[in-house]
Amino acid sequence: MAKEILSPLPGTFYRKPAPDQPPFKNEGDAVAEGDVVGLVEVMKSFHEVKAQVSGTIQAFLVEDEDAVMAGQPLASLD
Amino acid sequence: MLEIKAPGLATTVQDLGRPGYYHLGIPLSGAMDQLALTAANLLVGNDANAAGLEAVFMGPEIRFTENATVAVCGADLPPKLDGEPQPIWTSFAVKAGQTLSFDYLKQGARAYIAVTGGIDVPVRLGSRSTYALGALGGHEGRPLQAGDTLKLGQGRPAAAGRSVPEALRRGPTGSPVELRMLPGLYWHRITEAAGQQFFADTWKVANEADRIGYRFKGGAPLEFVPREQPFGAGSDPSNIVDACYPYGSIQVPGGTEPIVLHRDAVSGGGYMMVGTVISADMDLIGQLQPNTPVRFVEVDMAAALDARHERAAILDQIRQHLS
Repeated sequence: MAKEILSPLPGTFYRKPAPDQPPFKNEGDAVAEGDVVGLVEVMKSFHEVKAQVSGTIQAFLVEDEDAVMAGQPLASLD
Repeated sequence: MLEIKAPGLATTVQDLGRPGYYHLGIPLSGAMDQLALTAANLLVGNDANAAGLEAVFMGPEIRFTENATVAVCGADLPPKLDGEPQPIWTSFAVKAGQTLSFDYLKQGARAYIAVTGGIDVPVRLGSRSTYALGALGGHEGRPLQAGDTLKLGQGRPAAAGRSVPEALRRGPTGSPVELRMLPGLYWHRITEAAGQQFFADTWKVANEADRIGYRFKGGAPLEFVPREQPFGAGSDPSNIVDACYPYGSIQVPGGTEPIVLHRDAVSGGGYMMVGTVISADMDLIGQLQPNTPVRFVEVDMAAALDARHERAAILDQIRQHLS
């Protein structure tokens, strides 16, 4: 089964730490378990999304600022 | 005792609340989905008002140091005992040394975790509920943190495997979810067309949705009837002379995004309210995730009271089933 990074929470997904900063990770980047790959905003606060597995990011499966559900795949890994 | 290994997102100790002090600015607090907490308590042999845990969107991880019976009701936040899936709305036995954790949220927003004996935190102003904004009640007046330990009260023996029938597991249904409301004292402040539009629009739950209030976005801004603002009211047309905010009231700051006040709300202020969500539907709001489509549906007082009786009848049926 392909490895995926799942959203821990429902809310809005952000790929960047702030609007004027580069994304946490890009497609093709290596990630280690525990690396931050994005933020989910819910209940007036931002929560870091950490990779549960290590690998190389094949593709982001949602756009920056998309609404996401808990358990929804955010990125696929090689 | 319960040892909190991981706290979840904003897990708090809640009972059915702290009514009677709202006029002093101290809100009701208590479970946002009162029916779900009540059901969870009844499943584990507790009184309806025993304190349980309210977990929102993400479950905690809890190690038990004593045997207990546990039930999780409300949101479909699948419980796991030492990694083994457990059913929701059903009592299950936990042995000393076992760890309760949760899978990803499948449906709803808030899960209520009841344990035999209830969570034994000090009673403050008649309730064990956490009011985090006021640092009152619950465990040290705040959401749980890793490393916290919670004592259990004296419980009655409760059987595992008791279950609330699916038909009695009340939660939001359909899309958009319909929230029934009574137009209020300030309805006259908006134009007739704006009033019709308010009910016609489909709104979405915003990310700014918590125990204090639920904000909705995506509908048309309200058009106000022009007036010279009275003495004491702010200059924005959505401002009024400060007034009481009822539980369930729908304020619309700036006329743009309605906010339904919930269990930890402020008790008064200067924003006009279009009306109040009926008490029977407040449980449903507690189970709404961000981005859920919602419509407001106008009802009259008779319909609101009928709905209140219907909800009470569901609770009676749950009680009868579990007695």
